Amino acid sequence: MTASTVSGSPGRSHLRLSGRLLVAPALIMLLVTSILPFIVTVRFSLIDYRLLGPKEHVFIGLTNYTRLLTDPAFLPALGNSLLLIAQVLAISIGLGLGIALLLERVVVGRGLLRILVVSPFFVMPPVAALLWKNLLMAPVSGFFAWIASLFGLQAFDWFARAPLSSIALIVAWQWLPFACLILLTSLQSFDREQREAAELDGASPFAIFRYLVLPYLARPIAIVVMMETIFLLSVFAEIFVTTGGGRASSNLAFLVYSQVMFQYDIGAASAAGLVAVLFANILAYFLVRAVGRSLDA
Amino acid sequence: MRRPRSTIAFTILAWCCALAIAFPLLWTLLTSFKSELEAISFPPKFLHFSWTLANYRDVLSEGDYPTALYNSLAISIGSSAFALMLAVPAAWAMAFAPSRHTRFLMLWMLSTKMLPPVGALIPIFLFYRDWGLLDTQLGVIVLLTVGNLPIAVWMLYSNFKEVPVEILEAGRMDGASLWQEILVILTPLALPGLASTFFLIFTLAWNESFWTLNVTSTEAAPLTAFISSFSSPQGLFWAKLSAASMLSIAPVVVIGWLCQRQLVRGLTFGAVK
Repeated sequence: MTASTVSGSPGRSHLRLSGRLLVAPALIMLLVTSILPFIVTVRFSLIDYRLLGPKEHVFIGLTNYTRLLTDPAFLPALGNSLLLIAQVLAISIGLGLGIALLLERVVVGRGLLRILVVSPFFVMPPVAALLWKNLLMAPVSGFFAWIASLFGLQAFDWFARAPLSSIALIVAWQWLPFACLILLTSLQSFDREQREAAELDGASPFAIFRYLVLPYLARPIAIVVMMETIFLLSVFAEIFVTTGGGRASSNLAFLVYSQVMFQYDIGAASAAGLVAVLFANILAYFLVRAVGRSLDA
Repeated sequence: MRRPRSTIAFTILAWCCALAIAFPLLWTLLTSFKSELEAISFPPKFLHFSWTLANYRDVLSEGDYPTALYNSLAISIGSSAFALMLAVPAAWAMAFAPSRHTRFLMLWMLSTKMLPPVGALIPIFLFYRDWGLLDTQLGVIVLLTVGNLPIAVWMLYSNFKEVPVEILEAGRMDGASLWQEILVILTPLALPGLASTFFLIFTLAWNESFWTLNVTSTEAAPLTAFISSFSSPQGLFWAKLSAASMLSIAPVVVIGWLCQRQLVRGLTFGAVK
């Protein structure tokens, strides 16, 4: 990468040695904390290990996995993980793009607007979930119930009728600023001359957006998808403080948690944890490929 | 020219959208000054209620909040400081003494962020139980240090790359030792980058809730766990919840306002400038 800056300077091997020494602590720390739990989880997933059961941990092969796959809670949790990510990405990127396009044209108070828009990103997940659940979505005297009553409508019982989408809405609110800020930052470095030339040629605003702006935004959108997916795979607190799990709203992360905390079944939970890791890797593979492709373009 | 008029329309629309996005927070702020009775009144009261600071007084005086605040500060500052201590030397080596493996190492470090923490929950929970690390500040600090380490290395790396290598080489010629090179020459030059890296991992640690909810209960419970306790039926007081929420998010929201650009840049590892 920067071989030229290193070669030619005196003490090159000395430099290389100190380089290795200085990387080592961080590397060892990460290696130990990511590989070791993984190996232990693999081992646990192959034995019969219940916290309240007998202490002889018998090897039972893939039984935990077959038990997990036939567990009626597993497929919904897998589906919920995917649905949650898809819904949050759709809302945060769709709205984020719209608001970024608006903010780009604003002259008055742009700094203050950015501050308003970015705020939800810094709200800790349990707080966001509690505020939405109690102050806004509460079916009897929440703010949304009041809005509904203004239109003479029945209040919507969010967490009873659509638990997963309600959680997705809360999570999307937290990630909207991230998508919006990245897209806004990219839009601001968009070549104005190109746009003005297209305007002079009589291109409609829609055509400019569709054929100039959107392709330009492909890469930042890919980055948003990747970063948000990494964090959305482990959404936990929002489920913990709103519905407390259940088949309609548990994702894989929550399934593992409830298998440990409520059923004390370490073996089955380990198998679920590994399935979650596998699932994340499959997603990451496609995401990295997609981002790589948009980087080449 | 119809541009000015459309600009005004867009500005008004943008303000409406921004206010809608911030509304849950503004509403919480308002609710935190109401009495419990007014907080649940229907239709809701906007500004015509008797403002009170009683909720803040209650939250601050009830033992749990100060403990949680202290734990949050200790955990966030501790883990961010440790992460920087490990990441600064590593990022120096990757930026100024790269080897053939550096690129692979950086990608590998980042890939550890793609593993969902739930995959490591069980062994860590059991180790912590056996070693007496459950519900301790040290236990949480270690977990968050490791969680934020890849982000810190990447952010510092992209900052260090902007420092002219000639300055470091000149120092080396003058006989500066490795530690002097990093602490006396590089650190002051990269101070803005160091600061924004610290703020980013501090914010991520402050808001982290998967590990804090799973490995703490009372002694080391930070604000994320404290606020989650409001989800139980006996904790449902809207005005008090609002005051506690404002007190829990205020520091990070203010930090976030101050360095939003750097934080977004950090989270995308400089891919979006």
